Amino acid sequence: MQQPGRAAEIKAIGIGKSFGSFRALDNLSLNIGPGEFLTLLGPSGSGKTTFLMILAGFVQPTEGKLFSDGVDITERPAEQRAAGMVFQGYALFPHMSVEANIAFPLKVRKKSAAEIKRRVAEMIERVGLKGHETKLPAQLSGGQQQRVALARALVFEPGVLLLDEPFSALDKSLRGQMQAEMKRLHQETGTTFVFVTHDQSEALALSSRVAIFNHGKLLQVGAPDEVYDRPANRFVAEFLGEINMLPLKGVKRADDGATALCEDRAITLRGNADAVNGNAILAIRPEHMSIAREAAAGENGIAATAVGSTYLGAATKLDLTTRQGAKVTVSVPNEVAAAALSKGNSVWLTWPAEKGFLLPDGG
Amino acid sequence: MRGTLSDRMGAALLMAPLLLFLLLAYAWPFLGVVKWSVTLPTPGLGQYGALATDALVQSVFIRTLRIALIVTVVSVAAAYAITMVWVRGSPAQRIVAEFCILVPFWISVLTRAFGWVALLSNRGLINTWLQSIGFISEPLALVRNEFGVIVGMTHFLIPFAVFPLASAMRSLDERVLLAARGLGSSRMRTFWTVFVPMTRSGIIGSAMIVFVFSLGFFVTPAVLGGGRSVMIAELIYLRIFQSPDWGLGAAISVVLVLFVGALMAVLFRYVRPKQLI
Repeated sequence: MQQPGRAAEIKAIGIGKSFGSFRALDNLSLNIGPGEFLTLLGPSGSGKTTFLMILAGFVQPTEGKLFSDGVDITERPAEQRAAGMVFQGYALFPHMSVEANIAFPLKVRKKSAAEIKRRVAEMIERVGLKGHETKLPAQLSGGQQQRVALARALVFEPGVLLLDEPFSALDKSLRGQMQAEMKRLHQETGTTFVFVTHDQSEALALSSRVAIFNHGKLLQVGAPDEVYDRPANRFVAEFLGEINMLPLKGVKRADDGATALCEDRAITLRGNADAVNGNAILAIRPEHMSIAREAAAGENGIAATAVGSTYLGAATKLDLTTRQGAKVTVSVPNEVAAAALSKGNSVWLTWPAEKGFLLPDGG
Repeated sequence: MRGTLSDRMGAALLMAPLLLFLLLAYAWPFLGVVKWSVTLPTPGLGQYGALATDALVQSVFIRTLRIALIVTVVSVAAAYAITMVWVRGSPAQRIVAEFCILVPFWISVLTRAFGWVALLSNRGLINTWLQSIGFISEPLALVRNEFGVIVGMTHFLIPFAVFPLASAMRSLDERVLLAARGLGSSRMRTFWTVFVPMTRSGIIGSAMIVFVFSLGFFVTPAVLGGGRSVMIAELIYLRIFQSPDWGLGAAISVVLVLFVGALMAVLFRYVRPKQLI
C-alpha cells in the first residue's frame, strides 16, 4: 500500500479480532492478488467490515499478521498505510467543495499546487463531475457524492482501494450505473479493489473473486461462478441465491462423482462428491432444473406437482411439491410454467448430472 | 391540512402563557425604559446625544466590549477542550468532565465571585502562597481590576459555552474523521482542517452566547472589579440608583438591548436555535 501507482498484494495470516467476549473475526487467512477485485460478502455482523477496517488500519487485529507487498504492516497506523477508502455514506468533508475534497489527500502529501490542480482536474473528468467543481457535497445527488468519494480515494493512486458498501444508499438503476462505472475505474487504474457488500448479486456481478463470511469466519473464496455453482457448504449455497435441497440416501462414490437415491429413484452426480457417503443433501439452483413430461431412463429426475407460480417478467418461478413432500422451486420460461400449472398434476423435474451437488446432511 | 392547522393552533395555545409572561415581565417594562430615555429629564433625544459625547460612558462601552471579547475567546477555547474530553474521551474521562461542567451550575454566581476574591486578593491564597515561597515580595494585583473580572467571568461562562459545542461535536460523523486519517492526514492536521471546521456552528453559537452574556454581566464585574473596572450593566445601575440620572441610564439600556438584539439576529442567520442546546 505504500507504493503509489502500483497495485498492492495483500496477505492476511491468521487474523483474529475480539471485542470483549465477542469474536468478530476468527483465524482468517487470505491472499489478495495485485489488481484483483475481491468482494467480501456476508450478512451484517459476519466480520466482513471488521476485516476491511483491519485492512485500512482503523481496527487493530487481536492476533495475526498483515502483509502488503511482503512488508509487515500489522502495526502501521491508518494514516501511513494510505489505502484509498470509500465509506458507507461516503464521509465527504461537508465544509469543502468537490475540488477541495478531491485535493485533500494530495495536499496532505505536500504535492505542488500545479500538480494538485492537474491531477484533481483529471480525476474530475474521469468520474464525470465536470461543472460541479465548486459545489459542496450537500448540493450534490447521491450518485454524484459517490463519484466524489471514489475520486478522492483514487486521486493519490493508492495501491489498494477499500469500499465499504458504497452503493447501499443508491436506488436500483443508479446502483447499476455506478457498478459499471466502478468496474471501468478498476480496469483503468489497475489498482487492487477490496469491496464489502451484503448483496450477493452485486458481489457476483463485480468481482474477480468473492470471499464469503459468516459469524466471523471466512467460509469460502473463489471466482463468482465457482462459489455459485460449487458452494462449500449450505450457508454459502443459500446466501448466494435460491437453492433447492433434497434429501439423498445411499450415496456411493463412483467414477468422477457419485450415485444415490433421491425419492427412491437412482440419480447420478458429477464432480464435487468428495467424502460424502450414506445420507446427504442434494442441492440444485432453480434455473438448473427443467420441467419434463417424462424422465428418460438414466436421466436425473423426480416427480412433482405444481402448486403455484410467481411471474417475474423474463421468467416464471414455479413452486412444486415432490411426492415425498419436499418443496422445490424452478425458474422456467413463462409458457412452460403456464402449461405445468394448467395441468395441475404430475410433472417431472430433471437436471443434468453436473448441476447438482452434495452438501453434508444437516450441515 | 386541517390536522396541521389544528396542530399549529395547539402549539400556539401551549406557547401562549410563555409569550404572555415575556410580554408582561419584559416587553412592557422595557417600553417604560424606552419612554424614560426620551422624556427624562426633558423630552427629546438629548440623552442619546449625551451618550455619543460622554467620555465616561464611551470608555465603559469600550472596556465592556474588550472584556467581553477576551472572555469569549478564552471561554470558548477552554470549553472546546473540555467538550472534546466530555464527548470523545474514555468513559472515565467523560464522567469527570460531566461533573466539572455540571457542578458550577449548583453554586450561585455571588458565591463564586467571592470565592475568587478569597483566592485573588492581596491577602488571598495565591498572593500569600507566592510570598511565602519567596517568589514575589509585593502582592500581585489580581483583583479589583480587569484581570479579576475576566477570570471570574470566564469561570462562570465556560459551562454555558460547552453545550453548543457538545451538540456540534456529537452530530459530527465519525467516519469523516476516519476518512481524513485514511487519506493520510495526521491527527493534528485532521483536527485543524476537518474537526474544527465541522464544529463551526457550535463555535459560533458558543461564542455568541458567551459574548452576549458578558455584555450584560453585573454581579461578577461589580464584585471582582471593585468599582474600578466598571462594565456597562454596573454603569446603568449607578445611573439609576446612585447618581439619579434615569434618562441616561435608560438610554444606555436601550442601546445595549438593541446591540444584543442585532447580534442575536446575526447569530440566527448562521446557527439554528436547536444547535445551541
